[in-house]
Amino acid sequence: MLAKRIIPCLDVCEGSTVKGIHFENLRKVGDPVDLGARYADEGADELVYLDISASHEGRATFTDLVRRIAARINIPFTVGGGIRSVDDASRLLDAGADKITVNTAAVYNPDLISELAAKYGSQFVVVAIDARRNENGQWQATTHGGRRCSHLELFSWARRAVDLGAGEILFTSMDHDGTGGGYPIEVYARLAELPVPVIASGGAGNAAHIAEVLTRGRADAALAAGIFHFGTLTIPQVKDYLKAQGIPIRTNN
Amino acid sequence: MIALVDYGAGNIRSMREALNRAGAEYEVTDSVSAIQRADRVIIPGVGEAASAMHEIRERGLADIIPSLTVPVLGVCIGMQVLCRHSEEGETDCLGIIPCDVRKLTPNSAEPKIPHIGWNTLYRLEGPLFEGIADDSWVYYVHSYAADICDSTVAVTRYTRSFSAALQKDNFFGVQFHPEKSASAGAKIISNFLSVTSF
Repeated sequence: MLAKRIIPCLDVCEGSTVKGIHFENLRKVGDPVDLGARYADEGADELVYLDISASHEGRATFTDLVRRIAARINIPFTVGGGIRSVDDASRLLDAGADKITVNTAAVYNPDLISELAAKYGSQFVVVAIDARRNENGQWQATTHGGRRCSHLELFSWARRAVDLGAGEILFTSMDHDGTGGGYPIEVYARLAELPVPVIASGGAGNAAHIAEVLTRGRADAALAAGIFHFGTLTIPQVKDYLKAQGIPIRTNN
Repeated sequence: MIALVDYGAGNIRSMREALNRAGAEYEVTDSVSAIQRADRVIIPGVGEAASAMHEIRERGLADIIPSLTVPVLGVCIGMQVLCRHSEEGETDCLGIIPCDVRKLTPNSAEPKIPHIGWNTLYRLEGPLFEGIADDSWVYYVHSYAADICDSTVAVTRYTRSFSAALQKDNFFGVQFHPEKSASAGAKIISNFLSVTSF
């Protein structure tokens, strides 16, 4: 049976792992390669590394980091942050990444999704959508780490991204991210109608939240950062809990 | 020396890294003579069957791969090309293993294709799976899969039961990615690297 995946996310800024609350107030939480290797040993199913460096130097450091991750880690990993072109993606895939994730650049240039899928296959292309509910109750996609609103409505944008060749959709609610108060379950249940896997991200405060998004929310995977980085919960604790709930989970072997 | 066949089908870096971690010596090559003198051959690949077969033929490898007598391991698309035929692009493959490759068809319980993620192995047979328990987890990314046949040495179920691994004489194939399958995958790679009889 296909397992539901648990995916720690590491935000990397100028070479170190950081985690912010509402994408701000960044705190350093450790060396990205060591931390990823520890998560892999503990039973993480995949890893996501997002480069949030602002500088060119930071970007070059990130490519080098991807090479070091590929050499050490024996589970799949996705990288993203600042990918604007097929060339950016190619550089990261050549460095050893298994998948890439695009967000802001895809909003401005949706054809980037089809170009990436045509060159590398849909399974390489994860489209990340950060959205928040507007005053009319509509979920509106944001860009630049949630700082700017786009004109795109979440569900139609997600559908279009899949039609263009997205192999997975990673959805983060900017209203829930970093709060630890749980995921917007009904939004995930609706995204589950898409023909590709959906990764839930942002909002987990405990293992019950993750169980809920994987069952009632029908998400295929749950991505979390804060609860793992700050040691609120370990991956084995989360997996044991999910297993006890009857959710198909890979146990370390 | 192991020949890691680079025939332009996807990224081979993760297999190189897995061989580095296993401490194996290998040469990345598409040369007929290097492959013929190798003492093991690995055919990796992520991609599409028709273009993979095209790349193999272009390099003159379609004639020499079937004649190899050393252990050969095909991974993912590298396994599918060892089969008879793939529905993907209606492609005639190398025909080394008498087995056909068909598209996975989604159903209401398992509606999503490609099959991406960790799934379990069962009905394990042969030297590739020595020390690997039934229900071990391995990582998959694929939309096409080989039918169950006489050469099936491991089974996984997603939308239907399919060959997770095949073996015919010295030819081994795995549909999953051992190079991305944590410690179980590393063990399967090391089993292949030490196999001497088949």
